[in-house]
Parts: sequence; C-alpha cells; structure tokens
Amino acid sequence: MQTVLTQPHLRRMMAGSFLLFVVFVAVWQWAPGWFGIPHFIIPPASLVWDEFLRMLAKDKLIFHTGITAMQVAVGFLLGALLGIFAGFVLGMSPTTEFVLSPYILALQIAPKVAFAPLFIIWFGYTVYPKILVCILIVFFPVMINVLGAVRAIDPDIVRLARSFTANRFQVFWKIEFPAALPPLFAGLRIAATLAVIGVVVGELVGGNTGLGYLLTFGEGAGNTAMVFVAIILLTLIGIVLYAIVVLIENRVLHYLPARSRTAV
Amino acid sequence: MIAKPDTARLEFRQVTKRFANPRQGGVVVAVEDVTFSIADGEVVSLIGPSGCGKSTLLNMGSGLDPATEGQVFVDGELVTKPNRHVAFMLQKDLLLPWRTIRENVELGLEIQGTAAAQRRETALALLAKCRLSDFVEHYPHQLSGGMRQRAALARTLAVDPVVLLMDEPFSALDAQTKMVLQQDLGRTLADTRKTALFITHDLVEAIALSDRILVMSHRPGRIIEEIPVEIPGRDNPMTRRQDPKVGVYVKRLMDLLHVEQAAA
Repeated sequence: MQTVLTQPHLRRMMAGSFLLFVVFVAVWQWAPGWFGIPHFIIPPASLVWDEFLRMLAKDKLIFHTGITAMQVAVGFLLGALLGIFAGFVLGMSPTTEFVLSPYILALQIAPKVAFAPLFIIWFGYTVYPKILVCILIVFFPVMINVLGAVRAIDPDIVRLARSFTANRFQVFWKIEFPAALPPLFAGLRIAATLAVIGVVVGELVGGNTGLGYLLTFGEGAGNTAMVFVAIILLTLIGIVLYAIVVLIENRVLHYLPARSRTAV
Repeated sequence: MIAKPDTARLEFRQVTKRFANPRQGGVVVAVEDVTFSIADGEVVSLIGPSGCGKSTLLNMGSGLDPATEGQVFVDGELVTKPNRHVAFMLQKDLLLPWRTIRENVELGLEIQGTAAAQRRETALALLAKCRLSDFVEHYPHQLSGGMRQRAALARTLAVDPVVLLMDEPFSALDAQTKMVLQQDLGRTLADTRKTALFITHDLVEAIALSDRILVMSHRPGRIIEEIPVEIPGRDNPMTRRQDPKVGVYVKRLMDLLHVEQAAA
C-alpha cells in the first residue's frame, strides 16, 4: 500500500546529508584561501564562528535573535489565523469573494515588503511594523490555500452530510474544516518560509533591535563575518518555524498515506 | 395533512422538476408528472437513458431539492427538507479520508446526536455484517473500491433509514466485485426489510435486485413502463441473475430503452 523506507536505507540517506554538510563547511573554510578571495568578501567558516562567539559576548546576540524570533512567531501566528479565517469566510460565501476579489488580488500583487516604511511611519521604531509586515506576508498563502480547499470540496459530500440533517455548523466542523487541513498546512509551510522575510525587511528599514539591525550594522562596519552570522541565524529561525509546522502537520494529517507527505 | 397511504413508504405524486437554464432556452424540464409509490420492504429499480432525470428524482426523495410541482412523501410525511427517514448512497463512496472506517460509518449518527457508545456499537455491528470487521480502524485509502463501497452501505444503514435511495452505487466497480456487492445488498435489504429505490444503468442488476422495475423515457423524464420482476429469491441476487427468465426481462428492457436502434 505504501512504500516504507527501511531503517538502513534511511540511515544511509541521513549519512549522505551529513557528509554533504561537512564537505560544504570544509570548502567554505579553505576554498576562499585557494582562490585568493579576501576575508571581507567571504570570511572562512572559522572566522564566522569566532565572530559569532564575539557577538554572543559583546553584542547581545541572544537578545537580538530573541526579538527577531518573537516577531516572527507572533507575526506568523496572527497572519496564519487571519488567513485561515478569511479563507473560510470567502470560501463559504462566493458573493463576498466576488465583491472582494479585485482588492484581494491587488493586495496580493502589491509587494508586501514595500509596506515596511509606511508601517514605520505609523508605528515608529517598535516591534509593530515588523510584525505587521510579517502578518501581511503570511496571510496570503494561507488564505489562498484555505479558500481553494473549501472551493474544492466535493458538493456531494456536503449533500451527504445535509441528508443526515446536518446544520451549517456541522457541515463546517465535520466536513469543510477537516477537508481544508491538508492545503492549509501546505500554505503554512510556504508562510513559514516567508515569515522571516517580513520581519527582517522591517528591521532593515528601521530600528535598533533584531538580527536585521545587526545585519545593517555589520554592513556599515564592513564586518562581513557579522553579516554572515546574522544570515545564518535568520535561516535557523526560519528552519525552526518550518520544522514546527511540519511536526504539527505530521501529527494532524497522520491519516494521509506516507507517500503524500514530503521530507522537505 | 394528507391521508397516509396504507403501505407506501416512498411516494411520488405528479412530481415535475424544472431547472432554469439560460443556454437551452430558459427552462429545462428534468422530470415530468412522475407518479409511483414503493411499498414497505419493496425494492424498486429505476432505469432509463442518461440524463433522463433519475438522479433528480433521488434528490427530491432525499429532500435536498424541492419538486417544482407535485409532492414527495416518505412514510406518509411530505418531504420538504432532509429528514431522518431517508438515506442515500452514490456511485462515489464519499468516505471522509480523515476518518477511520468506523468513524465514517458513525457520521450520520454523530450528526443526529447519538451517544458515542451507541454509535460505536451500531457501527461495529454493521461493519461486521458488511464483512469489514478487520478494517474498522483503517483509513479509506487503505481499502479496495469494493470494501469502500461496503463501508458506504454500512454508513447508509447506520442511521436506520426507512427508505434507502441508491444512485448507481456499484457502477464504478469491476464486474466480479459488483456481483459480490449486489449479493451483500440483496441479503441486507431482505434481512433488514428495508425499502429501497435503486437507480442503475445495469439491466441485469436491476432485474437481479428488485421486485419491480420502473423504466423512464428521455428528457423530460417520465415513467413509461412498470415491470414486476417475477423471479423468486430477491434475497439472493447471485442465483437470481442466473435464472433463465432474466434474458426475457433483458430483452423487454432493451426494447423499451431502444438499445438496439442506438447501436444500429
């Protein structure tokens, strides 16, 4: 029924991934020297590691990482909830969707990061502009996926439920909501990768907190290693968020055949 | 209230259904002036060319679609909305992928507010009858098409309807599986003394399973003939379909449906 990866096979693949990581770090460490690339262009791995330790000690790195992570988490959560809500409302009411669709489309096409300066004008150098950009950027993939899922539900399934005398709420709770979950999680995965972008852009534009701030600070100081540290930590925040989504997804969608779930 | 006929479980009185269809000149008459009644414990098949409005009749019977003219009665009560006396079953199994087989069978009872323990008991008993005891906690995707359709039959029976409405329930199955399921259905209907309206394209299926066959005309669908099937053993379709008289009925139905002219 479903192809189950054997343990040795899985272990071999994981070993392959790890080997690739070791090779990558080695190339990063020594290749710039071989090709005579200066450290301010590509600092070798060891230098970035040293910078990381220095920033931990001197630059409140944990604080800045924490601020960025908090903004990502809050923005992602609120954006996702709003997206889920809007997706269901629009999915269930074709009239509302028809009326709102040109505006939704316009908002979707507008580059969300361009709103960052505007939000800073409105809210100053606080956490709110960053969270708002994040909400905006997370909202769309979630909403679109939920909307599409509600639309795609076989009307005969709804008729079946209604023939069992289901009321509107029962149709939602027993049919529409669970049916929308797989696409919802696909949307959340995409949103998880975008959430960090939203926050970083906000931090780049203004303020003196967060990894985005350290990024611009490093750039101004000509400290390439610092920029590298910030980029790596931002990526890690994204990976953690993505992993959480996948973890929840695997628990919630456990009924799906293993093949239709993906490793990445 | 209109007087309750003595034995009719399902009754159509001069039912006409029209649909608005701007492309085909405004109005399409799906079925016209259809009158018939089905007695308690009787199984009646409805046969007719594609698009003759068979499924429309079924939707009106289940209370999902109102009749334009005329009335539908179930158990002497005028049908105006979905009600607990009727359950339907389609060609598609409509099993919910996120529910186990048992939970799928419980769907109707759950909607109707039956207590969990009682739901479970009913579901397990019916699944045993449908020979699915070993698959109670499986998910639909783990079952074959025939097993899924048996689960759908169990779900239909779980709400203990007075009348079963079935719209080509076996037409998506391979020939052998189909005969096995016909046998299951024939036995179950006889055991439970259920009344059923059975829509099919399969002439032999109609003959093997029913007490009576109603033949419908092209659109607008009317009932043009009523044929009682005078072959014993309705509870055993497997033997019944081998009866020499089946050929005579098939010939009669082919003539009525102009099957040979269509091929010429």
